[in-house]
Amino acid sequence: MKYLSEFRDPELAGQYLNEIKSIVRKPWTIMEVCGGQTHSLVKNGLLIMLPDEIRMVHGPGCPVCVTPLNLIDKAIFLAEERNLILCSFGDMLRVPGSKKSLLQSKAKGADVRIMYSPLDAVKLAKENPDKEVVFFAVGFETTAPANALSVIQAEQQGVNNYSILTSHVLVPPAMEAVLNDEQNVIQAFLAAGHVCTIMGISEYYPIVEKYKVPIVVTGFEPLDLLQGILMAVRQLENGEYKLENQYSRVVKAEGNAAAIKLLRKVFEVEDREWRGIGTIPASGFELQKNYRRYDANLKFDIQIEKAIESKECMAGQVLKGLMRPHECPQFGKKCTPSSPLGAPMVSSEGACAAYYHFSQALETTPA
Amino acid sequence: MTQQKISMQLQCPMPAFDFDVITLGHGSGGLLTRKLLESGVFEIFNNPFLNEKHDGAYLNLPGNCAFTTDSFVVSPIFFPGGNIGELAVNGTVNDLAMCGAIPKYLSLSFILEEGLRMEEFWEILVSIKTACQKAGVHIVTGDTKVVEKGKGDKIFINTSGIGQLHPASSIRLNRIKAGDKIILNGNIATHGIAIMSVREGLTFESDIISDTMALNETVMALLDEFGQQIHFLRDPTRGGVATTLSEIARDGGVGIEIVEKYLPIDEQVAGACEILGLDPVYVANEGVFISIVDEKIADKYLTTLKGLEQGKNAAIIGEVVIAHPKQVVLTSKIGGKRVVNMLAGDQLPRIC
Repeated sequence: MKYLSEFRDPELAGQYLNEIKSIVRKPWTIMEVCGGQTHSLVKNGLLIMLPDEIRMVHGPGCPVCVTPLNLIDKAIFLAEERNLILCSFGDMLRVPGSKKSLLQSKAKGADVRIMYSPLDAVKLAKENPDKEVVFFAVGFETTAPANALSVIQAEQQGVNNYSILTSHVLVPPAMEAVLNDEQNVIQAFLAAGHVCTIMGISEYYPIVEKYKVPIVVTGFEPLDLLQGILMAVRQLENGEYKLENQYSRVVKAEGNAAAIKLLRKVFEVEDREWRGIGTIPASGFELQKNYRRYDANLKFDIQIEKAIESKECMAGQVLKGLMRPHECPQFGKKCTPSSPLGAPMVSSEGACAAYYHFSQALETTPA
Repeated sequence: MTQQKISMQLQCPMPAFDFDVITLGHGSGGLLTRKLLESGVFEIFNNPFLNEKHDGAYLNLPGNCAFTTDSFVVSPIFFPGGNIGELAVNGTVNDLAMCGAIPKYLSLSFILEEGLRMEEFWEILVSIKTACQKAGVHIVTGDTKVVEKGKGDKIFINTSGIGQLHPASSIRLNRIKAGDKIILNGNIATHGIAIMSVREGLTFESDIISDTMALNETVMALLDEFGQQIHFLRDPTRGGVATTLSEIARDGGVGIEIVEKYLPIDEQVAGACEILGLDPVYVANEGVFISIVDEKIADKYLTTLKGLEQGKNAAIIGEVVIAHPKQVVLTSKIGGKRVVNMLAGDQLPRIC
């Protein structure tokens, strides 16, 4: 517990804020890549404490937000039409597909279960040998090792009624996609600490060099974020661009070797569609040839119509940092957390849902 | 825990039923229902009101009363620190206490699922009896229905309750005014996390036990001493402190400010919330109540409350303000501010 309070110390936070204020000269736009960081910035009320010069843009690192409509429809189809047990992380349940969400499917009788770990889904499959169990394997490099391990466990234990519906996405290609956008406004990144815990930091050097952009690998506690912002601002003000690791108490330069080995064994890199952004080359994981029998996409005959994204939802613009959530005409009107038009309004890590709270605070709380 | 269980069973040993599970016939209203009731159920709740054995209870309640109802569907039905039976009594007793009423009489309705084991049912009955004794209330009328296997979740309970208003109480939303202090009697999020710790697929080792308890004695002691200076009371059960305060702000048209660092919470519970990705202000409570009191008596109120068993961890967590009507604003530990809203649905665990 001490661990938590130490990184939420108001005095130290004040010192970091003062230091940021004392060095900042020009306006800067910084993207925090991970939805967990967005959540922490909002939950701790940090955004309104930062000086006006610093604009934080909330990046595409919210796995729920970037999972394509088509895959959610697939998950719903499997749960409803193939009489199987569909397991998912809790966050995915409320995300609207083209017609409904998994939560609505569950209410209509589909067997949809919330899991904290895919390994529990393997256990469930073992306990229910006459039922197929599918795990909706969503997430970035952080959740991928556990999903890979579930496939390995299923293989070792001869659990043949287990498969995964993969929607794994990778952070570095998404950052490049943001930087390649003609309208890009991002001048520095806070890279996602937990992703780097798994993958290490080497993938980011080429991005720093190619785009001449500062990247600071950053944690999730308030002091982590403030320190990360300070490090980014310092680089920007000095006209530097380099890779720095704020989160060194957790992130090792080489990452987690065992996890990386597991990922290489089970997955291969593929082009992947990102909801609201489009297809990004080499930006996702798909099961390797040897493990294709655990791919729910191939195992089941999935018949769904090609879904078309609602034109009213501006999630793509928001995820690329080109529009702030409250600048969307539907924000807080047709689109709210209880009736979301798009995924970023659903997850607590989604920028729109976060702003839904935050903008109300701005209107009413004197700065 | 184990000791408590043994002593209860000694006090009320399970009668020798000639059936070991509940069957559909036990809800038929016919012979089997009668057999079930007469084999011990009536006896365990024995009181003159119930002994009339009529379709309803005859009550004599002079003066102003409060009336409430609540249904209980908790899963699992046995959890660390309690079971659905005592929860059903305490929940309704507490709702009456929050109205400023002295809880008196409860109705008790069961919807049982075919196949419920009699040992489990008996244990629940015994804990209902014990909870009633602790709270000083009587079960005066009741009902039992049985649904087919698969149509229920072992047991659902509904209780309704009537209480007489405490003569000095005047608890109304429209009495809340700017300057009032907001006080919690104890640690938040304990019940919700105790339940989560034994949910299927999520068992984790902890000593966290539910805080389910009847709060009426504590509330009445406070009403005796502070009477009309207590402007509002509410127990933040489902949806936690955040949802309840949001409701109060919206329905009462007042602004509320709370300070995160003043929220009392057990370290283990706070740790579990972090691991599970849950915000403790949205997690359910059972033995917690929010008091909104006149600022002039706030310190004295806190001192009195801290002197009571159920108020050891009491704290002033915030106040009612003129700014931002209908909204709750929380000052985070780090000193930032954010709006505390109602959740769109259940709090769902985050992916990473």
